[in-house]
Amino acid sequence: MQPAIRVRGVSKIYTEGSVSVSALESADLDVCSGEVLLLMGPSGSGKTTLLSIMGCILRPTTGSVQVAGIETATMSQSQLPAIRLRHIGFVFQAFNLFPTLTVGENVEVALDLKGSRGSRARKQAKELLDEVGLSEKFNTLPADLSGGQKQRVALARALAGDPEVLLADEPTAALDSHTGRTVMQLMCDLAHKRGRAVAIVTHDNRILDMGDRIVRIEDGRIAATENVGVYRSQ
Amino acid sequence: MPPIARKNLFHDKIRLAVTLTGITFAVVLMVVELGLFLGFSTTTTGLIDHSNADLWVASEHVPYIEQGGIFSERKLYQVRATPGVASAEKYIARFGSWKKPDGGLESVQVVGFNVDQSMGAPWNLVTGNVADLKAPDAAIIDDLYKDKLGVKQLGQVVEVNGHRVRIVGYTHGIRSFTTSPYIFMTFKNAQQVANLREPDTVFILVKAAPGTDLEQLRTSLQGRLRDVDVLTTKRFSAMTRGYWMFTTGAGVSVLIAAVLGLVVGIVVVTQTIYATTVDHLREYGTLKAMGAPNSYIYRIILEQAGIAAVLGYAQGMIVSLFVVHGGTTGGAAIILNWQSAIAMFFLTAGMCLIAAIVSIQKVLTIDPAMVFKN
Repeated sequence: MQPAIRVRGVSKIYTEGSVSVSALESADLDVCSGEVLLLMGPSGSGKTTLLSIMGCILRPTTGSVQVAGIETATMSQSQLPAIRLRHIGFVFQAFNLFPTLTVGENVEVALDLKGSRGSRARKQAKELLDEVGLSEKFNTLPADLSGGQKQRVALARALAGDPEVLLADEPTAALDSHTGRTVMQLMCDLAHKRGRAVAIVTHDNRILDMGDRIVRIEDGRIAATENVGVYRSQ
Repeated sequence: MPPIARKNLFHDKIRLAVTLTGITFAVVLMVVELGLFLGFSTTTTGLIDHSNADLWVASEHVPYIEQGGIFSERKLYQVRATPGVASAEKYIARFGSWKKPDGGLESVQVVGFNVDQSMGAPWNLVTGNVADLKAPDAAIIDDLYKDKLGVKQLGQVVEVNGHRVRIVGYTHGIRSFTTSPYIFMTFKNAQQVANLREPDTVFILVKAAPGTDLEQLRTSLQGRLRDVDVLTTKRFSAMTRGYWMFTTGAGVSVLIAAVLGLVVGIVVVTQTIYATTVDHLREYGTLKAMGAPNSYIYRIILEQAGIAAVLGYAQGMIVSLFVVHGGTTGGAAIILNWQSAIAMFFLTAGMCLIAAIVSIQKVLTIDPAMVFKN
């Protein structure tokens, strides 16, 4: 299977003054199209750093990162937003919706960034919200939605422009078990039915059975990789 | 682009009210301070700027209009005989003492001019006419000073420097910077009231013939006349304004107040728009994480600042109109004309632009990785 993200020998060292902290050491990882990868580990182990590097938000100190076949580790900071915009969708633990915009407008912002505007963007936003079962909430403000609904809107927004990669940071942490599984199912469908690469940072043991592969990170190193679920059976 | 800027501004009504109040306060502050400065500036030179003269002949080394010395009217004939002079008239501006009906005294400035000519006449006449001044004791005052001078009605007789004076008309809005109201009279009456001798004058106002080079005429007159200064109206106005503005220190105070008003305005507006930006930092971080170029976020902040500027300006000008009206009714010289209204709009837009730039600096420092922190 073609890796949508390919990480090789990636290290990240944070330096503040004379103090240097190694957050990630020599990480090798592939996230393939069609798979749901769960990144697990204790707090401070380096999961979010790895996710940020894969998402081209952080640049690695050393190593290689390829997104959709494009080497991004050598790119300048100003070149990375274009890669994120074109190839990656993000889902955040706190949803990060724009509270002053309606559900539809929240999705339209992502479409606008990708060049889709006006009635076309409105139609696409409705379709995306329909995919997550929230088209009837098009004109609702995020404040009037439940946590699960907010995360589904965030998912619809992440899907704008149909990115190859979906990166999620603790997407179910703020949700109850049932709602969390509903959101996870949507992401699994995205991977398994539409061939997208999905990487999820999580502490949530309730969703372990929904991933295809679990990568455990400890002290900035990839400690173990387990194949589970649908992907393993393929 | 979805209306992020507009919705960010209008979603939180309290924040919007705070932002607009800040800008409105800044606009009112600047309008009033600038208005006071303009009022101060124009009031000091009202008589000169409205004299309709091209040149002024004044006693030697005269620093400002209120300090004109006495010289002989014989110079009037020399002036009239100079090529390039269309007309020349004697003119008086002298302090006097006005006795109010209750016996109290007020300082006034007696202004005398030739009523058969256009130079030196009062402007903004709202009651009576200039020809009425031909009566032996007639005078015109400004209606702003009626209470101050104890004038209740037209025809009222008062006493100035011990001479009988009768009120025959009112102007409106002719303020005196020295707080001594102007009393317009014929030259002859003013000469008597000001206790000048018959052949004396304080100024000669000169109208140049059409097409005459003013500077050449001024030089020519200066060469012919001894012991007097010949000044263009523009120069005399600048000298008088400069004296009151800078030599006395009063103008500097108003100028400093106006500059402080501008600085406080910038600080208030910057603070309010910056606070609005900071309220939405996480959203800007999310946009960055999603891959939005910086220009996309700049547009949102600039649009936000632009909307705030327009609304704050409109609200500020409405409040300012009331403040200026109240101030002028109460006797303060605050000028708000269309030029200053336009200038104020650009000033407000400039302040909001500065505020937006400061906010953009903050946004530039946002690390998109913040979206992973709760």
